[in-house]
Amino acid sequence: MALLEVKNLGIEFPMRREVLRALQGVSFSLDAGERLGIVGESGAGKSIAAFAIINLLSKPGRINAGEILFEGRDLTVLDDNAMRDIRGNRISMIFQDPMMTLNPVLTIETQMIEVLKAHREISDNDARKIAVEKLREVAIPSPEDRLKSYPHELSGGQRQRVVIATALLTNPSIIIADEPSTALDVTIQAGIMALMLNLCKSHDMGLILITHDLAVVSQVTERVVVMYAGRVVEEGPTADIVTHPKHPYTRGLIAALPQEGTAGKRLNQIPGSMPTLDAIPDGCAFHPRCPHADDVCRASVPEIVKVGNQFSRCVKATELAEENSL
Amino acid sequence: MGPPLWRSHVCSRRITIDYLVFAGQRLLQATLVMFVISLIGFSIQDNLGDPLRELLGQSVSEAEREALRDEMGLNDPFFVQYGRFITNAVQGDLGTSYFFKRPALQVIADKFPATLDLVIGATLIIVLISVPVGVYCAIRPNAWLARAVMGISIVGISIPVFLTAIFSIYLFAVTLGWMPSFGRGEDLVEIFPGWKTGFFTKDGFAHLVLPCVSLSSIMLPLFIRLIRSEMREILESEYVRFAWAKGLAPKRVWFLHALKNTMLPVVTVGGVQIGTMLAYTILTETVFQWPGMGFLFLEAVNRVDTPLIISYIIVVGLIFVVTNTVVDLLYTWVNPTVKITGRGR
Ligand SMILES: Nc1ncnc2c1ncn2[C@@H]1O[C@H](COP(=O)(O)OP(=O)(O)OP(=O)(O)O)[C@@H](O)[C@H]1O
Ligand SMILES: [Mg+2]
Repeated sequence: MALLEVKNLGIEFPMRREVLRALQGVSFSLDAGERLGIVGESGAGKSIAAFAIINLLSKPGRINAGEILFEGRDLTVLDDNAMRDIRGNRISMIFQDPMMTLNPVLTIETQMIEVLKAHREISDNDARKIAVEKLREVAIPSPEDRLKSYPHELSGGQRQRVVIATALLTNPSIIIADEPSTALDVTIQAGIMALMLNLCKSHDMGLILITHDLAVVSQVTERVVVMYAGRVVEEGPTADIVTHPKHPYTRGLIAALPQEGTAGKRLNQIPGSMPTLDAIPDGCAFHPRCPHADDVCRASVPEIVKVGNQFSRCVKATELAEENSL
Repeated sequence: MGPPLWRSHVCSRRITIDYLVFAGQRLLQATLVMFVISLIGFSIQDNLGDPLRELLGQSVSEAEREALRDEMGLNDPFFVQYGRFITNAVQGDLGTSYFFKRPALQVIADKFPATLDLVIGATLIIVLISVPVGVYCAIRPNAWLARAVMGISIVGISIPVFLTAIFSIYLFAVTLGWMPSFGRGEDLVEIFPGWKTGFFTKDGFAHLVLPCVSLSSIMLPLFIRLIRSEMREILESEYVRFAWAKGLAPKRVWFLHALKNTMLPVVTVGGVQIGTMLAYTILTETVFQWPGMGFLFLEAVNRVDTPLIISYIIVVGLIFVVTNTVVDLLYTWVNPTVKITGRGR
């Protein structure tokens, strides 16, 4: 049994005039110690899928279908207390912008110790020891001193390391990282990603890594889920998807990556942009931008089908797989 | 179980050179503002009424009058006179009240405790009510109680203080007879030499209730709304979301993570408002015939008691400047995120 299993998840935002369906029939799973990537354009629904797991959807969002099984228990029906036991304890989350994630008026020490005190009976001193140990693990120099610091006294990269250390305090079985390096300098990004990878390996910790960046995904994750307009369009082992994408959207994403030897040339961006939630086209949501689209694609939402090691939500998945063009 | 909410492991801030420089700048500014206030005060003296008439009456001849003017230095150039005024003022001499025939500052000092009672009472009401109510309205913005509070607060803001005062006298003093309608009462306790307060006797306290409620009636809804809107914004912030994601108890997220960030700007506004409240004491004291500085000031204006008027302006100005400066220094001291360098305004 998978450690975490998201089954057929639907999320909606009831707005004044209409109900926006932000996630529809999203399924994916994560084994213990596995590293899963979730990629997709801005607005695809990656973050809300993550927040739904720890039941922290921002208002007025709500889960309207599906279940989220963690160790076999459905998180969507847990009460607040039971959920709080899991949140920040068994499943930790790291946000995008470390400048904003730490409370500006509390010391690092306060913000770390409180996690341990919220989840177990522990003295301040013991909690402090664990905090120092975790700060050391994320390579923060002189951790005892850093505990006394306020967030603004640290650099962006250091803050993200502190956030990671905070997420590690309770030795969670899953860390969800929502674009953990996007807000940082390019030079610092690589360091943060390498750190995350090492920590997951050394602690046998599951990772759900949300990102736009396919390069990062292929370095860090073993499996990847590609999302488009609130649906999973492709899923499979990262190595396979990066080399042999089956869905036209994934192909487009990969073709848009800067390749060696193409410096200075125009990138092959997918034409058009992802539809907003109030204007998702009928049929396959990608069809207006898809070079292979025909009437079948416009008629109904395709099922997700297995093609080799991968799953693709495209009626032409098998057909396209036979072409070896990329 | 768990750590107490208020323990936040905040370490004490160090005094840095930056902070000292900032404090120096701030004190310089304060001095400058006091200088301007004194200049305004002095110009009033220069323009308002003839001190000799007050002192001598009508029966003195023009020549004698002129001799006396020379002797008193009233014919000296403006800046010589102003210099003398400042020199005296710094030594605590702001002239003699025409009416009371005593040093003006002393007259004010006698009335000061009464006003202080009012301001302390009103501040207590504001702090004790606005914080819990504002926080509640921020946490449960859709509850009917929160909506009701918001509605009432709008009404509260728009009713003038003197109306509230007169209405409360009519209702609670005249109609219901629950509260005395004017004065401080007879039963005061001297807690420091020269400072009598009504807080510790039943009679004194009863006299304080209506005036303090009236005085707080404008600021209270303002603060409730301020705290609510500040806190709502902060509850949407990423760091509060992260606090939830850490699995903290709601009490800890609300009352430590969110409230601490809410209160920092609110306290600054509060410091400024204490000064403003002094201005409102004139109204409140007049309606309740409260024997404080504000009432005294109004009488002084009626009697064209210039030294007293000027002393009041300077004393109130001083209180205003001191509270502002102290609040600013404390805020910078307490708030770790304020960048001190480059803060010179
Ligand atoms: N509070 C909200 N109210 C209404 N709609 C929302 C709300 N939060 C998210 N949405 C909508 O849900 C969709 C998915 O948002 P989400 O934040 O998950 O996107 P994302 O894939 O994480 O994008 P990004 O890469 O920009 O972070 C978006 O279309 C967004 O407009
Ligand atoms: Mg996102």
